[in-house]
Amino acid sequence: MVPENKCCEKCWTTPENPCPQYIDCVAGGELCHDSDSCKEEFAVKNKKLRREQLDRPAIFVGAGTCGLGAGADRTLQAIKKYLADNKVEADVVEVGCIGFCAVEPIVDVQLPERTRVSFKEITADKVPALLENVFKGDIPQEDLLGQHSSATLKPYESVGFLNEHPFFAPQTRWVLPNCGVIDPTQINEYIAWGGYSAFSECIREKVPAGLCEEVLESGLRGRGGGGFPTGRKWMFALNTPAEQKYLICNADEGDPGAFMDRAVIEGDPHRLLEGMAIAAYAIGATKAYVYIRAEYPLAIARLKLAIDQAKQNGLLGKNILDSGFSLDIIIKQGAGAFVCGEETALINSIEGKRGMPRPRPPFPAVAGLFGKPTVINNVETLANLPHLVKIGAKQFKALGTETSKGTKVFALSGKVANTGLVEVAMGTKLRDIVFAIGGGIPNGKAFKAVQIGGPSGGCIPTQHLDIEIDYESLKTVGAMMGSGGLVVMDEDTCMVDLAKFFMGFIQSESCGKCIPCREGTKRMLEILKRITSSRASQPGTGALTRFKGVMYLDRLAEVIKDTSLCGLGQTAPNPVLSTLRWFRDEYEAHIFENRCPAGACKELLTYNIDADKCKGCTLCVKKCPTGAIMGAPKSPHYIVPDKCIACGTCLEVCRFDAVSVK
Amino acid sequence: MIEIEINNRTVTAKKGEMLLEVLRRNGVDVPTLCHIPDLFPAGACRMCVVELEDQNRLVPSCAFPIDGSVRVKTHSPRVLRARKTIVELLLANHPNDCLYCQRNGSCELQSLAEELGVREPRYAGDKPVCKIDISSQSIVRDPAKCILCGRCVRVCEEIQAVGSIDFIGRGSNAKVGTAFDEGLNVSSCVNCGQCVMVCPTGALREQSHTKRVVEALNDPDCFVVIQHAPAVSVTLGEEFGIKPGLDVCGLATTAMRRLGFDRVFDTSFSADLTIMEEGSELVDRITNGGVLPMMTSCSPGWIKFVEQFYPDFIPNLSTCKSPQQMLGAIVKSYFAEREGIDPKKIFNVAVMPCTAKKFECQRPELSNGNLPDIDAVLTTRELARMIRMRGLDLMTLEPDECDMPFGKRSSAGKIFGTSGGVMEAAIRSAYFLITGNELETLDVKTVRGLEGVKEARLEINGLDIGVAVVSGLGNARKLLEEVKAGRKDLHFIEVMTCPGGCINGGGQPYGTDSKAVASRMKALYKIDRDEHLRTSHSNQAVAELYEQYLGKPLGEKSHHLLHTHYERREVML
Repeated sequence: MVPENKCCEKCWTTPENPCPQYIDCVAGGELCHDSDSCKEEFAVKNKKLRREQLDRPAIFVGAGTCGLGAGADRTLQAIKKYLADNKVEADVVEVGCIGFCAVEPIVDVQLPERTRVSFKEITADKVPALLENVFKGDIPQEDLLGQHSSATLKPYESVGFLNEHPFFAPQTRWVLPNCGVIDPTQINEYIAWGGYSAFSECIREKVPAGLCEEVLESGLRGRGGGGFPTGRKWMFALNTPAEQKYLICNADEGDPGAFMDRAVIEGDPHRLLEGMAIAAYAIGATKAYVYIRAEYPLAIARLKLAIDQAKQNGLLGKNILDSGFSLDIIIKQGAGAFVCGEETALINSIEGKRGMPRPRPPFPAVAGLFGKPTVINNVETLANLPHLVKIGAKQFKALGTETSKGTKVFALSGKVANTGLVEVAMGTKLRDIVFAIGGGIPNGKAFKAVQIGGPSGGCIPTQHLDIEIDYESLKTVGAMMGSGGLVVMDEDTCMVDLAKFFMGFIQSESCGKCIPCREGTKRMLEILKRITSSRASQPGTGALTRFKGVMYLDRLAEVIKDTSLCGLGQTAPNPVLSTLRWFRDEYEAHIFENRCPAGACKELLTYNIDADKCKGCTLCVKKCPTGAIMGAPKSPHYIVPDKCIACGTCLEVCRFDAVSVK
Repeated sequence: MIEIEINNRTVTAKKGEMLLEVLRRNGVDVPTLCHIPDLFPAGACRMCVVELEDQNRLVPSCAFPIDGSVRVKTHSPRVLRARKTIVELLLANHPNDCLYCQRNGSCELQSLAEELGVREPRYAGDKPVCKIDISSQSIVRDPAKCILCGRCVRVCEEIQAVGSIDFIGRGSNAKVGTAFDEGLNVSSCVNCGQCVMVCPTGALREQSHTKRVVEALNDPDCFVVIQHAPAVSVTLGEEFGIKPGLDVCGLATTAMRRLGFDRVFDTSFSADLTIMEEGSELVDRITNGGVLPMMTSCSPGWIKFVEQFYPDFIPNLSTCKSPQQMLGAIVKSYFAEREGIDPKKIFNVAVMPCTAKKFECQRPELSNGNLPDIDAVLTTRELARMIRMRGLDLMTLEPDECDMPFGKRSSAGKIFGTSGGVMEAAIRSAYFLITGNELETLDVKTVRGLEGVKEARLEINGLDIGVAVVSGLGNARKLLEEVKAGRKDLHFIEVMTCPGGCINGGGQPYGTDSKAVASRMKALYKIDRDEHLRTSHSNQAVAELYEQYLGKPLGEKSHHLLHTHYERREVML
C-alpha cells in the first residue's frame, strides 16, 4: 500500500516506514526536501480539494440518509442524466447532511471561479430547469437556500449567504463544519481542510497525561447523555496499569428522534476517526472499537471506507507517523438493542454476551472490555477532539456556560418547521433553537413543550422556553441533556399519551435483568394505558384498579429510580415524572373527567350528533361497528355513549356535518 | 481494615470486601434473590439495596466493594419500601397459587412477601401465559413462576459450564429458556439439577416419580424394592428440621419399610460392587495398555456431558454402570431368581440425591430387554415428602438394618456420596488387587475436601499412578481441556457432576449452602472413621454375590449385567 500523496521520488514515506511530517507535508506543503514544483503541486491540489479552484462545474447532492429519504438518489440520477444528455462536463459529489433535513434534497452547484450555491427541495423533476438556469448564470430565487462564503471566490450578487440564513446563523459548527460540505469518501479533502493535523500534533508533541489534562481543562463533557468530564474518564484509564487498554466509540444511537451521530459519521467520518485516534493515544489504547447499530448501513459503509483510507495513509495501524503509537479500529455492529448504548451492556455485547448491564464498580475505565481498562466515548464527544486540540483548552472553554463548555448538536424534530441537525453553543436559549433556528410551530398551532434527552429525558413546557441549555440547567426543570434529541410538541400532543409512548419504548427495550426496571416499567405502562382508555373497556373493578394505579404511580417511579441497575432503568420513570410535574392537569382531566384535552387519546373522545343538523339518513347507523347509534329514519339520531368505542366512523361518513367530537 | 458504620454500629471490614459479606458476617440479614456466593455479583434482583449516607441512590450491597469508611442503613423506611415494592412487583407477575405450589413453605419469594408485610396486590395487571416444559426426564420448568433472578442461568453457565439455558427476549417478554426455546430434553441440559437447587421459587423442580411409586406400592402384584444412595442418609434429616451432618440411615430404613416397600437395600452395597468392577477395569487398563486416563462413570450428568461435548473421551469412560443401575440389574436377575419372583413383577425404586438419575434410569441401554434395571427414582426431597404424607415422624422411629442380600456395605461404598469418595475407595481396593496387601493407612486425605480439583500421585508396586478428583462440570471441562491438550500424567479421574459430589446433588433438600455440604461431608467421613469394614473387597456380601452368581469381576455375567456403553449425543447447544 502506497499513499497516493507522493509528490516526487524524494518522498520516502510508506506505512512500514512512515514519515513523521506526512500530514504537514500533504496539507501545507511543508516538505522534507526543497522543491518549488512539489510545493506548488501540493498547493494546487489542496486548493482543488477545498474547491477554491475548479476546472469544471461541481454539483453537490446531500445524500445522507435524510437526503436519500427525501429522494436524493432520484435527484442524483436526474443530474447525471442531464449532464449526459447535454454533454456537460461536471463533477457530481455526494456529500453528507448539512443539517437542514426539512428541505432535503439539497443540491449545491459551483461554477469555476464562483461561490457554491445551495438549493433546497430539489426533487428529480426540478433538476433540468435548475441546472439549465445556473449554468447560464441565473440563480433561481424560489429554490435558493444561499451561497457559501469564500475569501477567494466571486460571490453572486443578490444571493444571501448561507451563514446568514436564519437556520444557520445562530449555529456554531465545531463538530459539523464539514458535514454536507466535503466529500466524505475522500480522505484528502478532510486533510486539505486541516484534518488529521491535530492528531499528528498530538502524537508528535504531546504526552498522553498532558493531553488528558488539556481535555479536562477544556471542560469537555460526555455528549452521550451522562455529561461526565471526558478528561477525568481518560485519566482513570490512563492511570490504571494494564498491558492492553481499549477505546470504544459508542455509536449505538438509539433515542427516538436522535440522529446526530449518524450524520457525523455519514458526512465526516474522518473527524470521528481522528478524534478516536487522539483519545486512544491519550489513554494508551492500541485497539479501538466502534460499536455502531446495524440500522445505519450508510454510516457503516462510510466508516469502513474511511478506516481503509486512514490505514493506507498510515494514520491507523502500526507506528503511526513514526511516533511508536499504534492503533487498530474495529467496527462492531449492534443488533438493535437500546440498552446496548449503556456502557457495560455495550461491553458485554462486544464480548459476545447478551447485552445486559453489569454492576459498577468496577468501572469500565478500570476493568471494562475483556477485563481491561476501557474508555467509552460517544461519537460527538470524540468528534469534538480535533477542533479542541487545534484551538486549545483555553479557547474551547471560552464558549459555553459555567459548567458546560463548547457546543452541542441537537436533532430537532417533531412539530417544528425546520427539522434537522443544529449545533449551537452551550447556553443557547431553548427559544432560539425552537423559534429562531427551528422556525417555530407549523400550521399556526401553539407550542406546548419540548421533549429533550430521549426517553430518559424530560419535557420542558412553555414557561421555561427561555432556559439556557446546559447540563445543569436542564436538570433543574426535570430534563436532561441526553444525547441531544429534541422533539417539539404542539397543542395537539397529549402529554399522557407522550409519556405512554416513551414508557412503551423503555419497557420493550428494558433488558429484563433487574426487577424494578423490568416489572416496574411494565406496570407503569399499564397504568398509563388505563388512564388513556375509556371506562367502557375496563369492566368490573377496572375503574377502581385504575385509580389505585394512579395513587401508586409516584411511589413506583421513585423506587424504579432509586433501585434500578443501569442508567436506562434509573431514568425510566422520567417521562412520567416530567409530564406529571408540568402537565398534571392533563393527567387529572384523563383520570377524573375521562377526557383528553388535546384530543389525542382516541378512546376518550365523545361523539355527539347535532339533532338540528341530522337528517336521519341512517348512513351512520349502518356503518357503526358496535350498533351504538339509534334513531328512526328521517328523524335525528343519537349515540349511546356506553356502546360507542370512539372509532370515528360516524364522523367520517356523515354528509351533513352533524357529528361532532370533543 | 476499614471501620464502617452499620445502623449506628461500628464494625470492621476488609478493603475490597463486598458490603453484603460484611453485613452477613455481622449478623445483619439483608435479603437477596440473585446472589450466588463466590460468583461475580449479578446485581439483578436489587433486594439487597441499602442506603449509604453520601449516595443519592440506593446501593446493592452485593456489588458494593468496601473502599473507605461508609455509613450504612440496611432497614431504613426508604430501603424497606424499595424492597417491598420489588416483591410486590414480582408478585404482580407471579401466579398466586402458593397453595398448589411444590415450594409452598420453602419459597424464597413467599417468605420475603411475608417478611416485608405484603398484604394486598398493589400493582395488578397482565400476567404472562407460559407453557410448562415437562419434556425433560429430570427437570420441570414452569416459566410462569420464574422471577428471572438468573441464578439457574449462572450456575448452568459459570459453575457447570453447560450453558443450556439463558435469557431470551427483552423487557417484560424476557424469560429463561433453551436454545431456540425448545424443550429441555433436546437441549444440552445434563439434568444435574443444580438449577433446581438455586431456584428461589417453584419455577424449577424435579420430574416427580412419587405417583408411580405410590401406585406400585398399592399394587398387590408388585414386589417393590427400594435402594437408597450413600448421600441420602446424611441429608434426609434436614428435611425434618435436623441440622446438617446427622446420619439417619437406620431411621430412613425403618421409614421406607413403613411406607410399604418389600425390601430396603443399600446402594452403598453396589458401590462396593462398582469398586470391584471398576478397580479391576483400571488395573486391566493400566497393565494391558487400555485407554487412559480412565474416568468414572457413576455420575449420569457427567456421562451426558461427555457424550455431547467431549465424545472423543467416550473410550476413557469406565464401562461400569452406576451403582444404582448395577443394583437394579442384580435385583431383577440374581435376587429374582433366588427369591423365585418374576422379574417383571419387581418394581425397582432408587432414592437418589440426584435428578440426573431419573434420566439415567430410562436410558434404553440400561435395561434387560424391555425390563429397565430401575423403574423409578425418588430424590431425597421426594422421599421426605412421602414420609410426611404417610404421617411418619422420622426422628421418633426405631432405627433398623437394611435387607440382605444387599444390605451390607463397607464404608468405602458409603463415601461414594462425597467428591473424592469413589477415588479413595478405588485406591484402597486397587492397591489390594495389585499388591495383594492392604494399604498401610486407608485414609487418602489428598483426595478429600471441598476443592473443585484435587490431585494425588501414588506408588503401587513400583507403578507411578496419577489420579485426579474433580467435582462440578466447570472444573471437569478445564481438566478435560488439559488432557486434550496433551497432559499424560493421569491414570484415573473421578468426576462428580455436582460441586462437592452427591452430598450437593440436585435432588437434595432446598436451601443447601456450602456449610451444609461441609457438614454432610464430615458425616460421611465420620462413618468411615468409625467403621471396621472399610474396603469394598472385604465386603463379604459382595464376595458372596461373585461366588454364587457373577463369577469374577469383569467376567461374562458382570459384562452382561454390570457394564454398559455410551454414544455420541447430538443436542442443541
